[in-house]
Amino acid sequence: MSAPAVTVEHLTRRFGTFTAVDDVSFQVPRGEIFGFLGPNGAGKTTTIKMLTGLLQPTAGRGTVAGYDLARETESVKRSIGYMSQLFSLYGDLTVAENIAFFAALYGVPRARRAERREWVLAMAGLQDHRDRLTQELSLGWKQRLALGTAVLHEPPVLFLDEPTSGVDPISRRDFWDLIGGLAARGTTVFVSTHYMEEAEYCHRLALMNRGRIIALDRPAALRAAMPAPLLELATDDSPRAVEALEDAPGVIDVGLFGRAVHVTVRDADAARAALPALLAARGIVVRGVAVVEPSLEDVFVALVHAAGGALAD
Amino acid sequence: MDAAPAGTAAARDAAGERPAAVELAGLTRRFGALTAVDGLSFTVGRGELFGLVGPDGAGKTTTLRMLAGVMRPSAGDARLEGVSVAREPERVKHSIAYMAQRFGLYGDLTVAENLDFYADLHRVPRAERPARLERLYHFSALGPFRARLAAQLSGGMKQKLALSCCLVHEPRILLLDEPTFGVDPISRRDLWLIVHEMVAHGTTVVVSTAYMDEAERFDRLAMLHRGRLVALDSAERLQRDLGIGMVAVPVDRVHEARAVAQRLPGVRNAAVFGDRLHVAVADAAADGPRVVAGLRAAGFAAGAAHAVAPSLEDVFIERIARAGAA
Repeated sequence: MSAPAVTVEHLTRRFGTFTAVDDVSFQVPRGEIFGFLGPNGAGKTTTIKMLTGLLQPTAGRGTVAGYDLARETESVKRSIGYMSQLFSLYGDLTVAENIAFFAALYGVPRARRAERREWVLAMAGLQDHRDRLTQELSLGWKQRLALGTAVLHEPPVLFLDEPTSGVDPISRRDFWDLIGGLAARGTTVFVSTHYMEEAEYCHRLALMNRGRIIALDRPAALRAAMPAPLLELATDDSPRAVEALEDAPGVIDVGLFGRAVHVTVRDADAARAALPALLAARGIVVRGVAVVEPSLEDVFVALVHAAGGALAD
Repeated sequence: MDAAPAGTAAARDAAGERPAAVELAGLTRRFGALTAVDGLSFTVGRGELFGLVGPDGAGKTTTLRMLAGVMRPSAGDARLEGVSVAREPERVKHSIAYMAQRFGLYGDLTVAENLDFYADLHRVPRAERPARLERLYHFSALGPFRARLAAQLSGGMKQKLALSCCLVHEPRILLLDEPTFGVDPISRRDLWLIVHEMVAHGTTVVVSTAYMDEAERFDRLAMLHRGRLVALDSAERLQRDLGIGMVAVPVDRVHEARAVAQRLPGVRNAAVFGDRLHVAVADAAADGPRVVAGLRAAGFAAGAAHAVAPSLEDVFIERIARAGAA
């Protein structure tokens, strides 16, 4: 087993009296696709800035590709690729010109540039479009080109920020095939996202809230660890049902979901028996009750609430 | 309160006996050689929560701009509560609220001042304001922040304030353009609560999203691809009536396994879902074991297949493949 690509031990960052990242520890093995989730203000961006050598930790330590985050920031920066959702391609340059520009920027040796360019064009499926202006490409192609330019210098660790936001589902699946291929060949991929559709592609997910990691596991394990079952009620007056259930015994959380009511409860069987009667007593007709499999987003929301809720902003 | 014209015969649509709130008839918008919206025809019932679903470039924003009366159609028309957007775009604006992707909040005004400003703009009677505002503060959870400058709100809170500003005049039709874009899951849930509350009280809502997993909450949804309608129904019926089988197969090296699965005979499509593959096949019972055998023959540790419901993303991919537009 080779050394982990990313290690973080008691990593902490304070801004004045505010602790943005609070004693965070985790490891990411080589070749893993690691998802990083959390509400705004959770400390994700601050963590990523430290991992990419842009910000010094206040306490704790960490390494990326074996380089120390506090003392070897230049080596850290050379070991990573970064692709942001607002990628930095030049629209008025051709595909090949963009690749040449980033190859020079990342210090790819001249002797290797032609080979790397062809690799990026093949990976992104852009061989027949090398002389097209980048602004004329579809969003899916732009995202693949942006990914290609981010890995021109063959970084061992790649950071992606909502990489497939807004793209059509077919392009998204193709994009994640490329990521899966990079990971299978040893690149470690660190994905920061708000979207569960992207989180599903990750091997493991870390959920951050108020500066701390509050959950870290495989997506299936997180879903199985949902702290409480979720019921969906079809009623003839869902807004009144929500009000009636807010303080009902055994109910942890209740809200509207489309026309239905979603209720998080302590005990599914007890709630199935009790809630329709409780609503009937208020004149609300329940047409159906079903236990629904929580989505990753349901799990995420429940874990954040259990950890004291998100910061107000 | 039902002063609007009852609409045409087409007003009774598949959604049930609801009269039409929004009727599109061949709605089209061209930009030079590009047809951004290509002959859309469908009807949204009064009180319906209706989704426009599709990726960037599908025509969602252009459609909503035309419905809001801020962009003229190149051809065709749409009627909102019976009023034509092609002929009377100004009159359309009276009964609707439109939340564009960049909504005009005033950063140097507080939350309360922004809401007051929009109440003034829409001539909301003074006497009605306290009750309406309290309701909006309650559902948006912005009550504790009413004295904060809008510029100092987080992205999610800004979106909630923008939505609240749209609702101060109690519009009959609410048009929302990707209200949850870039919003974290916690704030996103609050936004949906506000929308569901409006729907429960009879407002017609047309909302766009690029995220298929948000579409389950809609009464019906229109899937758009390159300006065209590729599917229109409830999420449940779209999933049930797709006419193909879906199997989930737990497998190691799941990304590599997908590439192999895609090439197996009888496989229409495959997607990574955590540590499983979701594979679209003709018949789940017959084809599932074949997919597992094919993966095992290629050296993967595949577990037993079991049938699952197709996701809306699976529906979208299958429908555009059939439409020949992929």
